[in-house]
Amino acid sequence: MSDAHTPDPTGHELVPVEPIADPGLPEHQWRPTDVDPAKEKRAERQVATLFGLSAVCVVLFLVAYFTLDIGDNWHVVFGFGASTMALGFTLGLALLLIGVGIIHWARKLMGDHEISELRHPARSSDEDREGTLQALSAGLEESGIGRRPLIRNSLLGAVGLLGLPAVVMLRDLGPLPGDKLYHTIWGKGLKDKPMRIVRDEIWTPILASDLEIGDLVNCQPDALKNPERYDIDPTEVEGVNLQIHKSKASLILLRMNPGDIKPGKDAEGKSRENWTVDGIVAYSKICTHVGCPISLNERTTHHLLCPCHQSTFDLADSGKVVFGPAGRPLPQLPIAVDEQGYLVAQSDFDEPVGPSFWERDYYDRW
Amino acid sequence: MTVGDMSQVATTNGTTPAPTKGAQRAGAIANWADERLGLGTAMKKNLRKVFPDHWSFMLGEIALWSFVVLLLTGVFLTLWFDPSMTEVHYNGSYDPARGREMSSAFASTMEISFDVRGGLLMRQMHHWAAMIFIASMMIHMMRVYFTGAFRKPRELNWVIGCLLLLLGTIEGFTGYSLPDDLLSGTGVRAADGFMKASPVVGSYMSFFLFGGEFPGDAIIPRFYVMHILLIPGILLGLVAAHMLLLVYHKHTQWPGPGRTEENVVGYPMLPVYMAKAGGFFFIVFGVITLLGGLFSINAVWKYGPYDPSKVTAGSQPDWYMGWPDGLLRIIPAWETHIFGITLSWNVMIPILVMPPLMLMILIALPFIESWITGDKREHHLLQRPRNAPTRTAIMVALMTFYGLSWAAGGNDIIAIKLHLSINQITYFMRGAVFIGPVIAFIITRRWCISLQRHDEEKLLHGYESGVLVRSPEGGYAEKHLPLPEAKAYTLTARDRDPEPETVEEIEASGLAGRQVRVRKLRAKLQALFYADNVQKPTAEELHDAQHHAEHELHELESQIAAGPNRHGPTEH
Repeated sequence: MSDAHTPDPTGHELVPVEPIADPGLPEHQWRPTDVDPAKEKRAERQVATLFGLSAVCVVLFLVAYFTLDIGDNWHVVFGFGASTMALGFTLGLALLLIGVGIIHWARKLMGDHEISELRHPARSSDEDREGTLQALSAGLEESGIGRRPLIRNSLLGAVGLLGLPAVVMLRDLGPLPGDKLYHTIWGKGLKDKPMRIVRDEIWTPILASDLEIGDLVNCQPDALKNPERYDIDPTEVEGVNLQIHKSKASLILLRMNPGDIKPGKDAEGKSRENWTVDGIVAYSKICTHVGCPISLNERTTHHLLCPCHQSTFDLADSGKVVFGPAGRPLPQLPIAVDEQGYLVAQSDFDEPVGPSFWERDYYDRW
Repeated sequence: MTVGDMSQVATTNGTTPAPTKGAQRAGAIANWADERLGLGTAMKKNLRKVFPDHWSFMLGEIALWSFVVLLLTGVFLTLWFDPSMTEVHYNGSYDPARGREMSSAFASTMEISFDVRGGLLMRQMHHWAAMIFIASMMIHMMRVYFTGAFRKPRELNWVIGCLLLLLGTIEGFTGYSLPDDLLSGTGVRAADGFMKASPVVGSYMSFFLFGGEFPGDAIIPRFYVMHILLIPGILLGLVAAHMLLLVYHKHTQWPGPGRTEENVVGYPMLPVYMAKAGGFFFIVFGVITLLGGLFSINAVWKYGPYDPSKVTAGSQPDWYMGWPDGLLRIIPAWETHIFGITLSWNVMIPILVMPPLMLMILIALPFIESWITGDKREHHLLQRPRNAPTRTAIMVALMTFYGLSWAAGGNDIIAIKLHLSINQITYFMRGAVFIGPVIAFIITRRWCISLQRHDEEKLLHGYESGVLVRSPEGGYAEKHLPLPEAKAYTLTARDRDPEPETVEEIEASGLAGRQVRVRKLRAKLQALFYADNVQKPTAEELHDAQHHAEHELHELESQIAAGPNRHGPTEH
């Protein structure tokens, strides 16, 4: 290794300056404001004016605060809200003018002599290091921590164990997953009253004949609106619970030409041919990648695209992934019609919906 | 003898007038404080501490001041924000949402936006400041890297800076999730998917974080505590450590006449630096306020409250989360199903592996470089990026990877705006994130070396004066003039790269086994690191070149003086 890389003990090294000798700090240049009293006065006035204008802006801010309405007028002035705009503009200018004023002051009027300071290596002097080591070893010696391994080790063990309460106490952050990820509210349909599929937002049941080929409907289980019909406690589908159910049960209905459907196999290896009604298929709306609701339908191909990461699923072919990062087909919901002709779920999904997780099993549909 | 009244007699023969009342009071206060705090000693050293001046040193200041703005506006927002996921019926001023069911978090965000005067201004300032905070941290980091300011003794401050960037990003994510709107809720939904993809404990992590099944009613209050207490607390501590180390090491400076490794040249803290930095705080604050007042950001009322069954097309995270999201989009559908378990490579690689890996690479950069170069000296003079071509190229390669991944995060927007196929963009990006950085590395390295050659040319042959001279033979040449001394000195104020050890040297060192292999590897990497770099000229080379140039100039001038076309062509 070359000499240039051997530091002296202080971390510094004196390399001779070459090929050109250091000409040294350039001479100080006087500014116009240093030599011309008129210019100096003018700069002084400029700075004071900037500060004065800032004060004016603060007054305007107060006027705007008390005179401009918000509330119903939120869309005034290009949709910005007059209040927000005026407050931001006046306060912003008030701050900016102070900043510009101070910097103008510093540049024009404050001393501009550059000064030079010596650096010191970051490391301590040998003397200090020596002293520290001595103090450290004296202290450790007096504590006897090196001589009494029994005390040292039992202390380390005891303090180490204190980590356990810290971790264990986090246990009640949430319940264990159990089998919650494996079930949705679609499974709560009754024998004589299978769970109806209803339109999202308007909650009306759907006749198979309501859908034309190519129609896509976003759906929810009827139980979210009519829990009593399925002997479900209404608090089960309120507030937070409603959101939880929606995050798993959201459904997509798509009607296509029955001949286009290539029925896959279910978990037992039986064909899924009776999972559809007149070319209407039902699939989970929750993407199997990271759980976004899938929403973009390509009418001509029965492909469905997730807007988050563009996984694309073929709803004619058991929800197969035809493009994008999702690793699993969309779960399909077996559907039928009830005695009034409304679309219903035959059962729950036969696999967990939504993003994959470690302990989740997989079966092949093809 | 009587002693006369002495009270009217001056007790000193000083020439300065007696201090005024105000000065006396200030002196008394200073005395009071010093007797209790011993401020005198500490301030004596630091009041006139020297700070070098350069525009690029402001970038970190922008980050610091936008952090202060974040604290101020954030405190204002906490006065109204209700971090609760209890469902309420909105009853505020924004008519399109009136009567709708939403979480208290969303409703209180609406209240701040529409029913608190200046509330929307503060919300938008907070969001803009967060953007600027993270952006300026990144640009500051690149400045520090490209100029070699991370070298000994500042490696630890580099590490702290990396952690600040990480924490800033998490702080940003928890912050924009708080309003519980449809867009941010989609981000939280994805975060739930990320956690579930973790090996073995994924679903447990998700249930613990969300207090049960997604979305539950715990995530917003938990994010809130992280966002306003836990992370800002750590951020504050790290910012303090970052600043303390900066003061302890003293700021780096650009080389130039009188500016050496041993000194620091600039303005004293009091008054000039304090005024400039303080004034700059007001400017950053003012610009953020103007942005908050005039430019809409995160208009949550347009997205509506979170509903797990809905999503808007073109959903994207805040920009600093864009690059892992891009990787998440372009990763092939890799998932392994084996022994009844699922391994989601399609989530683990882009989200659980790549961002931590990128952070580790960043943290390791100073240590890797100093291991390769074997350089253990302190460095206080900055380097121009061209004078460390391999280093510069490494960062440009990383930036290219970042930029391409980020662009992949907007593949849907690119497809729509440019009328391209999203599938083709995705396939292209899959290749580009690997090839792009390599191309960028090669181009940057060669570019740097060309610039080094240009510098060498200027030193040896002078700068292009713009004066064209015609020789008697009719040839034209541009007159080159020698650089001014200060400029020439500045160009040469850099180290020569060391010669890597040769294989013979290593073998002659008497070491054996692993040590030799390590030394050989290091010598090889060193050779690659410095390969083709242009070294500054030696004194002799410079002298010869000057001599030659002078001679040439004289010759040319005498030829012109003696030539027939001294006053223009005479043949016509």
